[in-house]
Amino acid sequence: MDPFAPLEDRRRGLRFRKFLDRMVRVASLAALAAGLGGMLWILYTVVDHGAGALGWDFLTEPSKPYGAEHPGIANALIGTLLITLGAALMALPPALGAGIYLSEFGRGSRTAHWIRFSANVMMGVPSVLVGLFIYALWVVPTGKFSGFAGSLALAVIMFPVVMRTTEDILTMVPDALRESALALGMTRARAICRIVCRAGRNGLVTGVLLAVARVSGETAPLLFTALWSDGWPTGYFREPTSNLPVLITEYATNSPFPEQHAAGWGAALVVMTLILLLNIGCRVLFKEKKHV
Amino acid sequence: MFKQLAQKILDPARADRLFRIAVLLSALLLPLVMTGFFLQLGWSSAPAWREFGLSLLWSTEWDPVANRFGALPAIVGTLLTTSIAIVAATPPAFIIALYLVDAPPWIGRPLSQALDLLAAIPSVIYGMWGLFVLVPVMQNHVQPFLADTLRMKHLPFVGEYFNGFGILTAGIILALMILPYISAIMRDVFRMTPPMLRESAYGIGCTRWETAVHIVMRYGARGLLGGVFVGLGRALGETMAVLFVIGNVAMLPDSIFAGGTTIAATLANNFAEADGLLRHVLFALGLVLLVMSFIVQLFAQSCLTATAAARGEER
Repeated sequence: MDPFAPLEDRRRGLRFRKFLDRMVRVASLAALAAGLGGMLWILYTVVDHGAGALGWDFLTEPSKPYGAEHPGIANALIGTLLITLGAALMALPPALGAGIYLSEFGRGSRTAHWIRFSANVMMGVPSVLVGLFIYALWVVPTGKFSGFAGSLALAVIMFPVVMRTTEDILTMVPDALRESALALGMTRARAICRIVCRAGRNGLVTGVLLAVARVSGETAPLLFTALWSDGWPTGYFREPTSNLPVLITEYATNSPFPEQHAAGWGAALVVMTLILLLNIGCRVLFKEKKHV
Repeated sequence: MFKQLAQKILDPARADRLFRIAVLLSALLLPLVMTGFFLQLGWSSAPAWREFGLSLLWSTEWDPVANRFGALPAIVGTLLTTSIAIVAATPPAFIIALYLVDAPPWIGRPLSQALDLLAAIPSVIYGMWGLFVLVPVMQNHVQPFLADTLRMKHLPFVGEYFNGFGILTAGIILALMILPYISAIMRDVFRMTPPMLRESAYGIGCTRWETAVHIVMRYGARGLLGGVFVGLGRALGETMAVLFVIGNVAMLPDSIFAGGTTIAATLANNFAEADGLLRHVLFALGLVLLVMSFIVQLFAQSCLTATAAARGEER
């Protein structure tokens, strides 16, 4: 019997295990590279195709019917801002309130558990269904597609997102702050508004801005609510309102004209720049808050 | 009297109660909207169910002229694209999470934030990129390679014919879209594993990979599964990216290269122009999709809360 045999076996085992470990590490780097590479590829494509369309006219002219020369996106840009702003105005007050309820009054209560559950379900509801829901709830009774209907749909999407972030942020505020405020004789409402929310202000702003960034690129819920148009968004409550995501969809899929394809890429570049700026901006500006 | 009223409202204790009721009411809006979804979709789709009964679910007919509709092609398309996405995205998401959680912060943090940005790109841009870039690549390089070079065209469910559009392309785009979601949740699960357990594993000489497989995966199996389900939920309902590349034909796909449709894509494609029975059928499809994603969320949440509870977090 060779006394060294088992040892050598074990050695080979160790070498194999280390090798396997290294291979997994290489594979994970490769996967990461594939994911980030995909992202860079998308970014590159959009910039490459879209940069040529950009220009002062492109940003100040309204969109034109198919085949017309020099289409712009000014009306869609304003429409998107209107729709997103409307959604934020509708969703924020109740969403912040709901987040306050969960973190300040609902710790461990059954009601809060169910509210949290429905928030998670709502965050998973496909956004195209939100469009269907608002269509039946608002567009059919009023008889008109409108920018306001689009805002309603986006508000439904924003609500649970903002609520959960609010809860997460406020839960991180130390209880000592709450107790000190109450000990000074503040009512709970006052302590929450003046002390707790102020302590979590940066986080709240970040959460809200990220939610806005997220819904501003949503397309599916706007397809049957805001629709789109080539006109200026003058009838926010009454008429189909032009917006960037649906404009991109129309130009990319329904138009055979290269002019429109280029304009679609240009619009995509504008949307993506806005969204990425919001995302990166939030992360950089409020970085210190993340480590709490 | 007015003064009395003002005093009543301004009374701090009363204001406090009012505040509490107001925030409770706004929180209750959410379950209300959730129930509203089911009621409204059920209500609007009722005529379709009355007309076709449950056979709507397994009929493959789609003939708007004759008013005969079946949901099976869309349901199958949804399930196929989603499965491809999950199979393609889960293993990379797992090892990415594994690497990022142990990477030194100076490299780990920027990388994970870059990965988060992948999730921030709007889906319509994924769709456009898919249509103008990925479809030609699939048609000219990937699909010929798979079909001819790897001789996969003789396998069942892999077709001989392809044009770049179809189930496989949609699945690949979906995989890229859900990768950051799955990876982010798995990262949290890795972090949740008590450091003592992992350090003990390292202490007895386990490699990172062995620790991940034997310790973290055992400990956080349900959390990891929850992450997969969250990705599944996103892939099920994704509309725009799929709409652009799947080909939109309401037929049962006979191979993964074939064109098809998904529930979400069918809705986006037909709803604006539909009326009469077709509209009710589309609402019925919406209800099917809602129920599917509801079930997926149920699984996801029960997995994730179980992991959190195992760690003693009351959330």
